[in-house]
Amino acid sequence: MHEMALAESMLEIVEATARKHGATRVSAVRLEIGALSHVAIDALRFCFDAVTRGSLAEGAALEIDATPGEAWCMPCGERVALAQRGDPCPRCGSFQLTVTRGDEMRVRDIAIA
Amino acid sequence: MCTTCGCGGHDATIDGKPMYRPAHAHTHADAITHGPPHHHGHDAHGHFHADGTWHGRAYEVPHAHAGPLGAAHAPGTAEARIVQVEADLLAKNDALAAANRRLLAERGIFALNLVSSPGSGKTTLLVRTIEAWRGRSPVVVIEGDQQTSFDADRIRATGAPAVQINTGKGCHLDAMMVGRALAELDPAPGSLALIENVGNLVCPAAFDLGEAHKVVILSVTEGEDKPLKYPDMFGAADLMLVSKVDLAPYVNFDIAKAVAYAHRVRPGLEVIEVSATTGAGFDRWLAWLERGIAAAATRRDGDVEALKARVADLESKLAAFAGGARI
Repeated sequence: MHEMALAESMLEIVEATARKHGATRVSAVRLEIGALSHVAIDALRFCFDAVTRGSLAEGAALEIDATPGEAWCMPCGERVALAQRGDPCPRCGSFQLTVTRGDEMRVRDIAIA
Repeated sequence: MCTTCGCGGHDATIDGKPMYRPAHAHTHADAITHGPPHHHGHDAHGHFHADGTWHGRAYEVPHAHAGPLGAAHAPGTAEARIVQVEADLLAKNDALAAANRRLLAERGIFALNLVSSPGSGKTTLLVRTIEAWRGRSPVVVIEGDQQTSFDADRIRATGAPAVQINTGKGCHLDAMMVGRALAELDPAPGSLALIENVGNLVCPAAFDLGEAHKVVILSVTEGEDKPLKYPDMFGAADLMLVSKVDLAPYVNFDIAKAVAYAHRVRPGLEVIEVSATTGAGFDRWLAWLERGIAAAATRRDGDVEALKARVADLESKLAAFAGGARI
């Protein structure tokens, strides 16, 4: 449950951005969260509501863009879909995989007023 | 501080002294205790399925990257401005970790982030390692636990300098805590720095501390399927120590299976079997540490040589310039 720390980092980024643009309120926050990242989405939503209370982003809608997992398969020599770490290559069954996409945890954009 | 999950870390201490002043008001403690997490169904927010597929809001365009926020929020938010941010959630931690890594590199220090479940025998392993390491290079230890200085006390009893970070309600060490601890310890050039993270196979995986490697410890009194249960952590490690191997004959732990599972999430992961009780495997473990120390020293010497060459080059340019100016 490190999602509280992640939510606090998110709020710092959101508030700093909002202030820089002279905003008084943040109405929506959009995150990009990879399927292979270190985040439990439900926990992050819960923490988002908790940390934004009393902030510029109180009541803001939280949008989450999901990035699918993707890995480089050594035997196949190409990129393949990876639903979760520890899964085999869906093409050849090998575990010789290096994650290439899907571990993102980013604030993409915010809506301010 | 969140009383439910408690991961804010703002009551962290270092050797008992407060580490943080709160950066912003924390009103969430009350909020969280008001009730259970509300459920987000299909219609409200969208959600991930266990298989990783995402179901977005009903009115979203049905693929993941559905244009800017404004598009999704058009009704009722016509006046809202959309500001591009594109900032990593861990950017601040990663920047602090990079600063730690620079400091360690400048001093040729080999730093390891030791991670495991509670009870894998990390501290006992460290004590034995420090004793076996004696005479090779200085050692410093950073201990992370929610409470108590028991672990740092055990390390200090070996004579090695140690600081105890208490994370309070926090579930992991972060780069800022380790930066403070390094400042306290002021480790000598060429040191071995051992960072014992909070016993937790989930959260510490996400937080870079500036270490050279994460070393994951799996004891034979645990389950051999842990690499698959906690793939993030095993996937982030560069070495797995299978510990308490002296107990292997008495427990149902299939080491080969554990290694095979670890290789599923981290192909090529190096594995060393050790026992802090009998000293089994310590020759390999110490040799691994020796290689790390040597590599850190080589990198530092390389940096120093490069700097000396640059200084010599600049001095010769300066001399030529000064000479030229005199003429």
